[in-house]
Amino acid sequence: MPISTFKGGIHPPYRKLSKDEKIEFAPLPDRVFLFLTQSAGAPPKRLVEQGQDVKTGQKIAEISGFISSNLHSPITGVVREIKKMTHHIYGKPDEVIVIERTGEDEWEKMEEMDWKDLESKVIIERIKEAGIVGLGGAAFPTHVKLTPPKDKKIDTLIINGAECEPYLTIDHRLMLEKAEEIVEGIRIISKVLGNPRVMIGIEDNKMDAVDEMKKHAEKYGMEVFPLKTKYPQGSEKHLIKVLTGREVPSGGLPLDVGVVVQNVGTALAVKEAVVNGKPLIERGLTITGGGVKEKKNVVARIGTQIEDLINFAGGFVGNVKRIVLGGPMMGIAIPNTTLPIVKGTSGILVLTEEEIDRGVKRNCINCGRCVEVCPMNLMPNRLYKLTYMKRYDQAYEEGLFDCIECGSCTYICPSKIDHVKFIKLGKRVYSALRRGKK
Amino acid sequence: MRTFEVIPAPHIKDPDDVQKIMRDVLISLIPVTVFSGFIFGWYAWVLALVGIFGGEAIEYVIMRFFRKQKNFKSDGSASVTGLLLALNVSVKLPFWAFLIGLAFALIVGKHIYGGLGTNPFNPALVGRAFLLMSFPTAMTSWVKPSFPKFWLSPWDVQTTATPLGILKEHGYSAVHTGYLKLFFGNVGGSIGETSAFLLILGFIYLLIRKRVSLHIPLSYVGTVFVISSIFWAVNPEKYGDPIFHILAGGLMLGALFMATDMVTSPITPKGKVIFGIGCGLITMVIRLMGAYPEGVSFSILIMNAFVPLIESATRPKKFGYGGVKKNG
Ligand code: SF4
Ligand code: SF4
Repeated sequence: MPISTFKGGIHPPYRKLSKDEKIEFAPLPDRVFLFLTQSAGAPPKRLVEQGQDVKTGQKIAEISGFISSNLHSPITGVVREIKKMTHHIYGKPDEVIVIERTGEDEWEKMEEMDWKDLESKVIIERIKEAGIVGLGGAAFPTHVKLTPPKDKKIDTLIINGAECEPYLTIDHRLMLEKAEEIVEGIRIISKVLGNPRVMIGIEDNKMDAVDEMKKHAEKYGMEVFPLKTKYPQGSEKHLIKVLTGREVPSGGLPLDVGVVVQNVGTALAVKEAVVNGKPLIERGLTITGGGVKEKKNVVARIGTQIEDLINFAGGFVGNVKRIVLGGPMMGIAIPNTTLPIVKGTSGILVLTEEEIDRGVKRNCINCGRCVEVCPMNLMPNRLYKLTYMKRYDQAYEEGLFDCIECGSCTYICPSKIDHVKFIKLGKRVYSALRRGKK
Repeated sequence: MRTFEVIPAPHIKDPDDVQKIMRDVLISLIPVTVFSGFIFGWYAWVLALVGIFGGEAIEYVIMRFFRKQKNFKSDGSASVTGLLLALNVSVKLPFWAFLIGLAFALIVGKHIYGGLGTNPFNPALVGRAFLLMSFPTAMTSWVKPSFPKFWLSPWDVQTTATPLGILKEHGYSAVHTGYLKLFFGNVGGSIGETSAFLLILGFIYLLIRKRVSLHIPLSYVGTVFVISSIFWAVNPEKYGDPIFHILAGGLMLGALFMATDMVTSPITPKGKVIFGIGCGLITMVIRLMGAYPEGVSFSILIMNAFVPLIESATRPKKFGYGGVKKNG
């Protein structure tokens, strides 16, 4: 059944190099580096001290505040060091717990649950306890998303299997290899939300995953929709628009239109936390790009250093220039490989000189392509110019904060203008100015 | 420790760039340029080549010595301006005068604003307006078309009036140029404006390459069609018929290649349509009531001035502002 699409968007080369690689377990790391901040919101409160022994799955930092999430030790070992470092994803100073592994896993799990007879409250408490966050990239604490305010009725649960970022294939592999468990996770989430309509959206370049998910999901009344392959199909707002026809109002959230969106990987983590009592200490991710020898889909412990994973994938090949955590459109470039993966890391992308376009930057020639591709219907050329001219109020008027930073405009611009850089800067400066005025 | 570059996302870019766009525009103008020498003589080719290479040379001097760009890399837009200017002048214009006009186009039409992308007016049309004022005789004497005698030089050939000139002086009943002749372009006029057929051919190439949209040409030509139809219906002796108005003069060159200049036309589709209608209206006002027989270039220059206004009036409706809040 062909489904309508949203306005704008781009068709970058998909380069899903690792789509046929089975998910493997990365070897246990000898050391992990755990930033306290692993999700959106407030960093949790540390519970361990230097020199303390910890077990796999033991809680080492505890929720502090409404939007925050627990952190558990991914390995069995001893806390070697606690130090301050700049967070490579959030760009803020943060505390890092360094744990050195002393042996094989000695688990400290939570009890297993038969969720079918449990109350929503108990299940949500478990999801919160297990430190589950959105694994699609934004890393928003899942228990918060599953606790909508009382006045918001949720009638639709959307499961995001779009994986629209080029290169990344982990969600694709998870749907092929773990469909049954994902579906159980979805059933748990659905129960918590009061059994809304469940819609699973998957880009139509992954028809095998569509079929596999159908096989396991349809018997529970869930609907699986192939979506047009187009970036940014996996954006929450656009998934909702395409599947339900509803438009999340500016400044609003999916729950403003009665929808909750969860990623397939998150559904799997929910299942493991509830059914198996396993906290979020590892995640699936893709190791890929022209600069790494073997492209792989792996399950790795949170806090594993990037270099360990790149070595596991056979090391570098070619003229490696850039290492990106996440996909090529929205991922974050990091300066060196000693940094660790975090809960939100969906991929490690090793890009060579040949994969990076370095066109000459020029003035805007008003070609209109950025306007044409902007999925939020903004005028990126103006947002960039206004921010450049420091006219932040005008930029705000024209939708600065509606920008989802998808990067489509910068991707397509023949003058190689960095709209997103300016828009992010504009958002920061505008907020700072606003705070100053109050 | 090995370090890697930290550059903001996105990390991949579309390989297209400004230079490739300009190259396509040049390619699209090849047919009409080649043809021009066959109707107006070899000197048309000289002017076209002076336009292309002279444009680049002037641009280089400006960028390198006045704007002090050490590693200047041409974007190709100066050769487009040069060629378009050549197509917009009479073959009677001496090349040195043409070069002065081209320098004016690039300096006053573009660089005083800050270079490509910042100029409000179409640089080639700025250059043409300058030449029209500085060398009015050469710019308005038209040589008689002599297809395919490319070996003739413009000084050996008789001059003639353009079909639009005849229309202005003597009314439509005095015009005896057939549609076919107008369509293929063996008539008097500026170097590159006469062959509607080859201009359309070039434009189709740009369409296929996704370099242009149809908004401006359709709304521009459509407006000219509607207005000329009305006048023609009232008095067919005096006023030209719509097909004539579309094929004669600089309308095709203007609507397909001058008004569609990205930098100086609106960015939004709706804005493009308004812009095209405006160009059509002003063109017809000048043709029907003005002192000049032709009004294409001035209409485009006038509409260029309205672009910022049109753009802000036609901003797209942002995502998330349409729907009613469903939930609370
Ligand atoms: S302006 Fe924002 S939302 Fe629009 S294309 Fe650019 S990054 Fe995406
Ligand atoms: S894509 Fe680039 S050159 Fe084209 S209008 Fe947008 S900012 Fe300007």
